Amino acid sequence: MLKNKITQSLLLSAGLAFAATSLTATAAEVPAGVKLAKIQELVRGNGTEVASLDPQKTQGVPESHVIRDLLEGLVNQDANGVTIPGVAERWETTDNKVFTFYLRKDAKWSNGDAVTADDFVYSFQRAVDPATASPYAWYLDMTTMVNASDIIGGKKDKSTLGVRAIDANTFEVTLDSPVPYFVKMMGHTTVKPVHKATVEKFGDKWTKPENFVGNGAFVVKNWVVNERLELVRNEQYWDNAKTVLNKVTFLPIENQVADMNRFLSGEIDFTYEIPNEHFRRLQKEYPESVSIKGDLCTYYYNFNTHKPPFDDVRVRKAISYSIDRNIIANAILGQGQKPAYFLTPEIVAGFNPETPAYGKLTQKERNEKAKELLAEAGYNKSNPLEFNLLYNTSENHKKIAVAIASMWKKNLGVSVTLENQEWKTYIESKNQGDFEASRAGWCGDYNEASTFTSLMEGNNTTGGIHYKSAEYDKLTKDAVKATSEEKRTELYYAQEALLTKDMPIAPIYQYVKARLVSPYLGGYAINNAEDKLYSKDMYIIAE
Amino acid sequence: MLKFILKRILEAIPTMLVLITVSFFLMRFAPGSPFSSEKTLPPQVMANINAKYGLDKPVLEQYVTYLTNVIQGDLGPSFKYKDFTVNELVASALPVSAKIGAFAFVFALVFGVFVGTIAALNQNTWLDYSIMSTAMIGVVLPSFVLAPALIYLFSIDLGWFPAGGWLDGSLKYMVLPVLGMSMLYVATFARITRGSMIETMNSNFIRTARSKGLSFPYIVMKHALKPAMLPVVSYMGPAFVGIITGSVVIETIFGLPGIGKLFVNAAFNRDYSLVMGVTILIGFLFILFNAVVDILLAYVDPKIRY
Repeated sequence: MLKNKITQSLLLSAGLAFAATSLTATAAEVPAGVKLAKIQELVRGNGTEVASLDPQKTQGVPESHVIRDLLEGLVNQDANGVTIPGVAERWETTDNKVFTFYLRKDAKWSNGDAVTADDFVYSFQRAVDPATASPYAWYLDMTTMVNASDIIGGKKDKSTLGVRAIDANTFEVTLDSPVPYFVKMMGHTTVKPVHKATVEKFGDKWTKPENFVGNGAFVVKNWVVNERLELVRNEQYWDNAKTVLNKVTFLPIENQVADMNRFLSGEIDFTYEIPNEHFRRLQKEYPESVSIKGDLCTYYYNFNTHKPPFDDVRVRKAISYSIDRNIIANAILGQGQKPAYFLTPEIVAGFNPETPAYGKLTQKERNEKAKELLAEAGYNKSNPLEFNLLYNTSENHKKIAVAIASMWKKNLGVSVTLENQEWKTYIESKNQGDFEASRAGWCGDYNEASTFTSLMEGNNTTGGIHYKSAEYDKLTKDAVKATSEEKRTELYYAQEALLTKDMPIAPIYQYVKARLVSPYLGGYAINNAEDKLYSKDMYIIAE
Repeated sequence: MLKFILKRILEAIPTMLVLITVSFFLMRFAPGSPFSSEKTLPPQVMANINAKYGLDKPVLEQYVTYLTNVIQGDLGPSFKYKDFTVNELVASALPVSAKIGAFAFVFALVFGVFVGTIAALNQNTWLDYSIMSTAMIGVVLPSFVLAPALIYLFSIDLGWFPAGGWLDGSLKYMVLPVLGMSMLYVATFARITRGSMIETMNSNFIRTARSKGLSFPYIVMKHALKPAMLPVVSYMGPAFVGIITGSVVIETIFGLPGIGKLFVNAAFNRDYSLVMGVTILIGFLFILFNAVVDILLAYVDPKIRY
């Protein structure tokens, strides 16, 4: 249900004719004059241990980083986030409902078998098959692929999915509704192909190094859970000649300080993140290694509008206005995060709305306004506002919560009880509506505003159920019917304006992805907003 | 002695059963499920997942199925690490923790007893004071402070040892984790040994041995050491438990693929089967090691045997 809504907001006008596309694929492009190191081995910090290497069984970011190297889907992204050919050399559609992908004839699996349209048919069906129990099965439903929803719900057989192999190298997908973004969505992990014979032979164990067969630039060599995952070059990969790295090691290091230490002792080429408290020191001591890129994510607090005191819009506005976003973004975080006045981060493609009125005021003016609103709502010295702020246990969230609580205390005399819960408990509290105000964050699944705006729809259990605005939901429906991209963007802006008016959330800042990156690493895609980093595009420069 | 050992083993069975039952139900009562995530899954997808892992059945039925499988040695599939069974995960993590733990334990015991004895025999000299004040630092310095300090000094500054990782457990990867894990226990063993040794050396039977004109090293080795070891042996149990449970700190800081890290991650992920598997393993090890300590005590102290 929820994801159907997202799909609807993805839809564009039906009449668009989509020209056949033919672009060139990229691989590691080593600029002239760069001397390569003798040993071409890359070590990447990868956050947590991967839950699986099976693309149809995963949902996390660390998994996607590894699978991107192991399996190649219909399309890839280049360093700037532009969709480029992967296994599909080119594709065409006339109505944005039927898509024909022409697969390259030289694409091979690591065991030498050809990659065919049947492999994609098998893998797409596998993603929606209830027996696979894929946590991202809904992604195919979201594309409105014919029968995807019924197959997931067990009402139809997987063979009825809207995919077919016209011949060995021609793969066709049929959707229920036109989706101009469909090709872009095919860059996702869930729609990567798997080798049928291997999966059928080994079952859940097909991803083990001794069984693994893939079609990406690398194959699994060694996997020690919670320590390392080693990949080596896939000699059968169609573009292998352009791959520079011979080996890629992913280290599951959850502790940011440990990640940093291993970078500093020269064991890692780029880290997963940077610990906030060390950021300024690192920037001073290792300026050549600190790398910052935009990230498709927003940090915000959401209010439970069904419960006092946040059932009163004046209270929500007062609380939101008196957050000094500049202090949070610049003084407390200071890695290049931007103050946020929207749910959708401004890095999203084609999203450039005008800053709302309160965002243009000085903080002093905002504080004054907040005081007025709170007084109007009936809170004063003899009846001070008190509430609980819930956040998931983390040093960074705590630091921000403490700072914001003190702003509220100082400006408005509000007393806030900070309550932290570990992740799963926090999720449960939020889903049950068992909170007054809570910390939240969201990262986009794809580079388009609806991946954010859909969050606040009335039936979205992650955000919107604590808001429920008929007006907002109507705007979503209108966006679905919009006849041009401009019109649709206007409707997204209208949704954001409504969020400013109703203030069910207080946007705080827009994330950045800060990492330590070795100055001897080439090909790191710093401009890819979705952080799709392909190891095959990277290389090690001689010291 | 054999009867004593058998009795200990039989006593362990109901303890294990209680442990399994209590942790099984406690785990189910924890808020959240293995598959709850920020992106709430559509109901039909959630239903497919629950059906796959048998979570759609009544809890009691799940319990009976689980117990039946455990008795047959099958700890089930991991809910989080979908490409592995719990048996596989435990089998790959246990040797790592065991190796680090064993090295840390033996090092703590041997080195701790050695310096403790030296301090006792040189009571109230500069040697005694310097050993005991160093030991005091070891006691008060937690491993989450000591381990990063070791990394800064030996990995980042001097570059002698790697800052983390395991790589089949070669020696250079083990030095810092073992040091980080064992310092507290070296210090504690040293303090216990010193106290006990001083007391023993002042007791009547040692005075008798001295008056008989036996040599000093002979008295220490032959007569004093064994009775002085009683409190040390008693402390071996808690020390072992501490090393196992404390391993998660060291394993996290050094990125070691051990049991402690597996356990903590499993709890955070609500990976029911993995939590259960590791609980059973750790419970079993505790019971086993306590039995070993009891047997050792019976050997050292005849009063227990008779």
